[in-house]
Amino acid sequence: MKYSSKANLTAYAFLTPAIALLLVFSFWPVGFGSYIAFTKYNLIDAPQWVGLDNFRELLDDELFLLSLKNSAIYLLVVPIIQVFAILLAVLVNNNLPGIKYFRAAYYLPVVTTVSVIGVIWNFMYTEDGALNGILRWLHIVNEPIGFLNDDRIALLAVMFVTIWRGLGWYMVLYLAGLQAISQDVYEAATLDGANAWQKFWRITVPLLMPTILLCSIMSVLAAVKAFEEVQIMTQGGPYQSTFTALYYAYEFGMKSLNFGRALAASFIVSLFCMALAWLNFRYLTPKTK
Amino acid sequence: MTDITTLPASAATPATRSKTFNYQRWLNRSLHYLVLSALAVITVYPFWWTLVTAVSTAGKVYAFPPALLPTEPGLQNFLEVFQTINVWAFYKNSILISGATVVGTLIICSLAAYPIARMRFAGRNFVFGAIVATMILPSEVNFLINFITVSKLGLTDTISGVVLPNLAGAVGIFLMKQAFEAVPQDLIDAAKVDGANEWEVFWKIMLPLAKPALGALAILTLVSAWNQYIWPSIVMTSVENFPLSVGVSYLKGAFSFKTRLVAAGAVLTVLPILIMFLFTQRYFLRGFEGAVK
Repeated sequence: MKYSSKANLTAYAFLTPAIALLLVFSFWPVGFGSYIAFTKYNLIDAPQWVGLDNFRELLDDELFLLSLKNSAIYLLVVPIIQVFAILLAVLVNNNLPGIKYFRAAYYLPVVTTVSVIGVIWNFMYTEDGALNGILRWLHIVNEPIGFLNDDRIALLAVMFVTIWRGLGWYMVLYLAGLQAISQDVYEAATLDGANAWQKFWRITVPLLMPTILLCSIMSVLAAVKAFEEVQIMTQGGPYQSTFTALYYAYEFGMKSLNFGRALAASFIVSLFCMALAWLNFRYLTPKTK
Repeated sequence: MTDITTLPASAATPATRSKTFNYQRWLNRSLHYLVLSALAVITVYPFWWTLVTAVSTAGKVYAFPPALLPTEPGLQNFLEVFQTINVWAFYKNSILISGATVVGTLIICSLAAYPIARMRFAGRNFVFGAIVATMILPSEVNFLINFITVSKLGLTDTISGVVLPNLAGAVGIFLMKQAFEAVPQDLIDAAKVDGANEWEVFWKIMLPLAKPALGALAILTLVSAWNQYIWPSIVMTSVENFPLSVGVSYLKGAFSFKTRLVAAGAVLTVLPILIMFLFTQRYFLRGFEGAVK
């Protein structure tokens, strides 16, 4: 098809600012970043090509392997967030009096900056903090737990914060999905004598499948790339037990200015992300298209 | 909900049956509220604890059972924070960064969305495909290279350095594209018959009709710009340029063991955005209609 050159000119005049910004800040990082992953680069001297050296160093680095393992463990937040977000969405998908205050309450962490969330959860997690107080009061533990000081549980404590701050976000997405389901289907099922449990499993879950798929992908990618919580709450500690793959990249890039190593690490994270997104689409896509 | 009222009378639950089930319904509803409240406690309590700690001026910080209401409430902690650290500068920086991000995003996204929605030109599908592709690209790792770019451009420690990478977002372009697509073609044709050019159509017809979408985009952008933490913490190197989100972790370091002051700083940081959220909830909680798909 042919378009007049004037039409093309006008269209691209409108598009230029966005295209320029996307090229510089979205596409350039991918291209240049992939190149830097194969070089030594410290921001001052020109990048020096080293082939696969960065990747070899990564695979020899126990800290990186631990970071990868932690990122894999981090994936456990995905099913937990999704199940509780669906539960929340079902609970607030009605017009009960005051329901919008509950929705707002669940959404509160989503509109709070991660740095404040880190501060708040540091308060909650300290040895004489509220959480230990409750656990001791219920006689679940006798000694206070060092949630962020104990290298065996610090990662789980950080993961819990990720779940806590993510629930409201997915709840809203599921709520939109639930509201798209026609009430007629439920009416018909009620007339056929279906109970709430059957309606949930036979109607809600199948019809919600596209939303579940979308949310799972988003959640998986977010979990693989999680590092903000680590940066704000533990800086990778105690004893480097909370390093995640991207936190490793952050640490080596921003703190040691070892950009080759950092970008090689984030290159691997990106590959994982693409592979996981592909698996998700391939095996979780509902058969009804 | 309207579906129920349109059902034939015979299909509705007979009055007698619903009466016998009233007790059951009451029980169900109480249980429902109980679960809702328990879950709300989990999400709200940490905030409440922080607020109570910030406005209390006496008593043990980490008492058990934790105080549910402030002891000797007062604003001393806030005053002390303001006296020790230039919190006004943090506010000013947050406002400048968020304001510039909102204005820039609205301009750049609506400019880009208009030709994609309503014009026919060479490479249209390619450009739109590329914009959508940025959503799939692993953007969380961009900060490493963007930091290099921003320092080469001499924009470290500047507001432009924080703002520029966030202006052209695929979500914003997508949102505006959908709003522009909903404008009736007749209006555009009529304007063009009257001699309007594309710019005038965009400025005088498209933008005024897309006000709801612009409003929604402005609010969503404002919240994410106000809340962003990692990127401004990388770009801004001097304390007087920190926005609140970065300032609060600086505060945490500066006051380390003065828990009440750190709590006060946290309250000062989230208060503006929480107030805004309470007034504009519907933009967040109704599901972002088209933007979700």
